[in-house]
Amino acid sequence: MVKFILKKIGKLAGLLIAISLLSFILISNSPVDPVQSYIGAEIARVSPEQRGNIQEYWGLNESKPKQYLLWAKSVVQGNLGESLIYRKPVSEIIMDRFSASIALMGLAWLFSGIIGFVLGVLAGMNEGSFLDRLIKSYSFILASTPAFWLGLLLLMFFAAHLGWFPVGLASPAGSLVGEVSYADKIKHLVLPVLTLSIVGVASIALHTREKLIDVLNSEYIRFARAKGESGSKLLWRHGLRNISLPAISLHFASFGELFGGAVLTEQVFSYPGLGQAVVKAGLGGDVPLLLGVTLFSVVFIFFGNFMADLLYVIIDPRMKIKPSHD
Amino acid sequence: MTELLSKYLPFKYSRIRNKRKRALIMSSVAVVLLLLLVTSGFFIGTEGLAVNFDAANKAPSLAHPFGTDWLGRDMFVRTVKGLTLSFWVGLLAAFISALIALLLSLLLLISKTLDSLVTGFIDLFLGLPHIVALILISFMLGGGLKGVIIAVALTHWPRLARLLRAEIMQIKSTDYIRVSRNMGKSWIWIARHHILPHLIPQLFIGFLLMFPHAILHEASITFLGFGLSSEQPAIGIILSEAMGYLSSGMWWLAVFPGLMLLLMVAIFDNLGRNLREVFDPFKGQKG
Repeated sequence: MVKFILKKIGKLAGLLIAISLLSFILISNSPVDPVQSYIGAEIARVSPEQRGNIQEYWGLNESKPKQYLLWAKSVVQGNLGESLIYRKPVSEIIMDRFSASIALMGLAWLFSGIIGFVLGVLAGMNEGSFLDRLIKSYSFILASTPAFWLGLLLLMFFAAHLGWFPVGLASPAGSLVGEVSYADKIKHLVLPVLTLSIVGVASIALHTREKLIDVLNSEYIRFARAKGESGSKLLWRHGLRNISLPAISLHFASFGELFGGAVLTEQVFSYPGLGQAVVKAGLGGDVPLLLGVTLFSVVFIFFGNFMADLLYVIIDPRMKIKPSHD
Repeated sequence: MTELLSKYLPFKYSRIRNKRKRALIMSSVAVVLLLLLVTSGFFIGTEGLAVNFDAANKAPSLAHPFGTDWLGRDMFVRTVKGLTLSFWVGLLAAFISALIALLLSLLLLISKTLDSLVTGFIDLFLGLPHIVALILISFMLGGGLKGVIIAVALTHWPRLARLLRAEIMQIKSTDYIRVSRNMGKSWIWIARHHILPHLIPQLFIGFLLMFPHAILHEASITFLGFGLSSEQPAIGIILSEAMGYLSSGMWWLAVFPGLMLLLMVAIFDNLGRNLREVFDPFKGQKG
């Protein structure tokens, strides 16, 4: 077990180094000038000497590999730099934003998992029936729905037309941090969570359906039927136990799509989460923040995949012999 | 006569026909629909895109099936033009990605080290959220249409590459490859004559199934504001502009363009899945 975790941590370190290198190469070749995006609109009032000083101070005159090493060194020391847009340390922004995002992503993850699993089971149990076809086509349509469009529609209908929910943000506009009540927060969360959950349902429902159909066609189900088991008891004893583990671990492994969906959803609802921060960083040329969020998102996805693998190792006795399955 | 008709006209009795035939029919319908979508983008003139304040903020009518926006631009023309753009971006991106996937997976034949490098690359790309990768690449290229196309093209290969690699791995260990190797054929010769023919179905289906992803990602990233300028008719732009008019009650600004995008993506997805059934004998003959 310890060996498994150590191996995974080693892999994460390698992945982080490779990703940081890749994203550093990408970003440092960008035509966006960091000094210009730092100074912003007042670039005309800065003399070339001052510019030179800033470049010198930031080490922009050094060679690219040296720049990378300097940056990597401070990242290892826990210093991700200072965001150019927000004028705050990047690590602070990430923590702040992530705590908003995790509410959105966590709830959506939970809901889409439960609903998707139930839909998949319902479809798989009644293969070929009207219900099955309904759920299947529903999932296929959802799989091709752009998340941001769905968010727009929900926003238009429930927030603008019916006025049930606020149009955006995570708290009422103009209120102070201390004044925001939980009811307000929940009210602001409903539509984004709904959007993200609806989009996330498709893959888990289809996967569960396939698996359940496979299981129901297997020999041991036939044997159980021959023994006289049927109905929900059969499903509970032999069906669900066999399909729940792959479904849960697939759901853990889908953190990447979850993050992507959150980026789009947060943009639509102007929800102040991590996704919105990365879009702002990309558009505004905020290099430290962009790099910081990139690294953070890699850790996030890795955590999902790690949990997926770990579940197998802990729960499934067959995996104990051969912990990694690539 | 009627017997003959019912035998060869596949529309009848489609329930008792096998999945392959149904899949073929569905695919041809999908192809026709797609051609309709794409070619109509060529034939519709650009006059609907001109700013015309007399016809601003009109609800859908016969003259403007999708309504008009606040500048009086016809939403139908904008949507169709946007879809055409999405189609070409998707085509180019899927083509380049499929090519990258093929070439990288073929490196497996050359050496072990190269192959582990490729696997590393695949893990690298899959370890990064797709949208972040898109943002990073388009940031490097400074945005614009070029940035969007290149970003979409360079990020869709890992899944297909992984699939093809597994396939090649399987083929490589077969007897006839070993015989061919012992007869002194080079890996390039073997790749061309023994391996590529096996990969073509996978590659083709992979290419088709990449399309919907590429189109959706193109729309997403333009929606986020990377890339195209606002005069250009792209679905992402149309939708992000519609965000500003949410509470004005102009529902047609967002509903129709998004619906058309959904339709196009769904058709491609359907086409890909149907053709997989046609090509895959194990799936096609069932039921």
